[in-house]
Amino acid sequence: MAISKRELAQAPPTTYPAVAVQGVGKAYGPAGTAVLALEQVSFTVQPGEFVCLVGASGCGKTTLLSVIAGLDRPSAGTVQVNGSRTALLFQESALFPWLTAERNIDLALRLRGVRKAQRRQETARLIELVHLTGFGGRRPHELSGGMRQRVALARALAQEAQVLLMDEPFGALDAITRDLLHDELERVWRETGVAVIFVTHNVREAVRLGDRVLVLSSRPGRVVAEFPVNVLRPRRLESPEVAGLAAAVTERLREEVRRHAGAATASQ
Amino acid sequence: MQAPQPHLSDPRLHGYEQDLAGIDALEVPLDPALSWGARVWRATWPKLAAGGLLISLWQLVVWLELRPSYALPGPAAAFGRLLDDLRDGVLLTATGITMRRAVAGYAIAIVIGVLLGLAVARIRLLRTAVGSLITGLQTMPSIVWFPLAVLLFQLSERAILFVIVLGAAPAIANGLIHGVDHIPPLLLRAGRVLGARGIAAYRHIVLPAALPAFVGGMKQGWAFAWRSLMAGELLLIIASRPSLGARLQFARELSDAAGLLAAMLTVLLIGILVDGLVFGRLERCIRTRWGLTGP
Repeated sequence: MAISKRELAQAPPTTYPAVAVQGVGKAYGPAGTAVLALEQVSFTVQPGEFVCLVGASGCGKTTLLSVIAGLDRPSAGTVQVNGSRTALLFQESALFPWLTAERNIDLALRLRGVRKAQRRQETARLIELVHLTGFGGRRPHELSGGMRQRVALARALAQEAQVLLMDEPFGALDAITRDLLHDELERVWRETGVAVIFVTHNVREAVRLGDRVLVLSSRPGRVVAEFPVNVLRPRRLESPEVAGLAAAVTERLREEVRRHAGAATASQ
Repeated sequence: MQAPQPHLSDPRLHGYEQDLAGIDALEVPLDPALSWGARVWRATWPKLAAGGLLISLWQLVVWLELRPSYALPGPAAAFGRLLDDLRDGVLLTATGITMRRAVAGYAIAIVIGVLLGLAVARIRLLRTAVGSLITGLQTMPSIVWFPLAVLLFQLSERAILFVIVLGAAPAIANGLIHGVDHIPPLLLRAGRVLGARGIAAYRHIVLPAALPAFVGGMKQGWAFAWRSLMAGELLLIIASRPSLGARLQFARELSDAAGLLAAMLTVLLIGILVDGLVFGRLERCIRTRWGLTGP
């Protein structure tokens, strides 16, 4: 079955960004002693664009994704999502252990209100899209970590969202699998035309995948730098272009980490 | 189990896809398949051995004559009596009446336990109000309820049902509450991301995720129901309603030790059968599905 580029790439007027984050702040805890996780975060993502967010610990990456996904309310600012729906992928696959791979995808379609006959077709298409034909009847524990993440990817795509949020999705995988999943994700992204916001602390991974890499500061999280990635695809993780840009991004990130060097001793 | 490798032969393959197929084939966990007979044997022989050992110990005690044989007959006498009682039908009638009570009481307890458990798991105020009360009820020996049950319902089937339900329902409710409380937050988040809200969230995420603990509660509920029933039948003997409890009581009054042991063996066997065939199978099924089985 040929995989058609999904309609949604053409449907909305392309003048709207896929995601517009405007001055978003997020504080936790009671006023006065509140901890600021995010402060004045602003960026936009165009339809079909692949944006990577990198940051050290405490940059509020997960909080930011939760806010964009609508799981969490920002304390300040606004988030606009084209099509209003987002799909979210976690570091662990978060597949439902009582359902097979197919049924996990099927449930996403079902919760969207897709009819049964169409669900079966769509599930088979998505399974094929992530190269798991023949594994659909298996339960999550019968699959490897990399395969589980691909099922999770297929389940996220089943939501037909125009924005795919990914929270360190390959962080727990071994290097060979991760490398292969970069190829897989890149191909799926191109075939579906979905916009991706990809959070990682692996700078090379960010440069390997992204059209742009945004650097977040820590405590509170803020966008402090932006690196366009002008390296032709397909890219290799170990290519000199990727490594060169990754070095520059890492240097910027180190600067950000260094700022906090005094903080721990000062507060003791 | 051989991993399927469908896309190795795919002509459209190029570049990384073949590597991906290779990794998939390598990483899929293998589980050595045992034949049905081997599995049954592996599960059965330790049970048979344990049973044999216990019966031998029993026989040994009888041979040592620590107690007179009219008080403690040997296994041969007890099992012989069990077969006789089964053959002439009295034991079967009694078991039938007892089991009917057990099933009816347990069914009512499940309905009440599930409704109560869901309400408490969902409504915070209710949990604060009655959460600890349910646990308190669960630890209360159900025999304590019998005098009240007799006052309320006289010597009737309803008195017995009342005590079974009070014994089993709190355990079932607690199992469900515990199950809902211990759902990994990640799964709930995943459900919300997929758009599961309200009833749909309960149906597709919360209840299936709570199932293992709920089955644990059901199993415990059954144990409580069965105990309450036996205690009830010993105390509450209804005329023309022979039951296992009544048989135990009559056998004691008539000093019929073999008959008493035959009834006790029946109680034990039913316990083992229900646990093994119903709950054991259910739990095994869930553990296999969720991938919680050990090596």
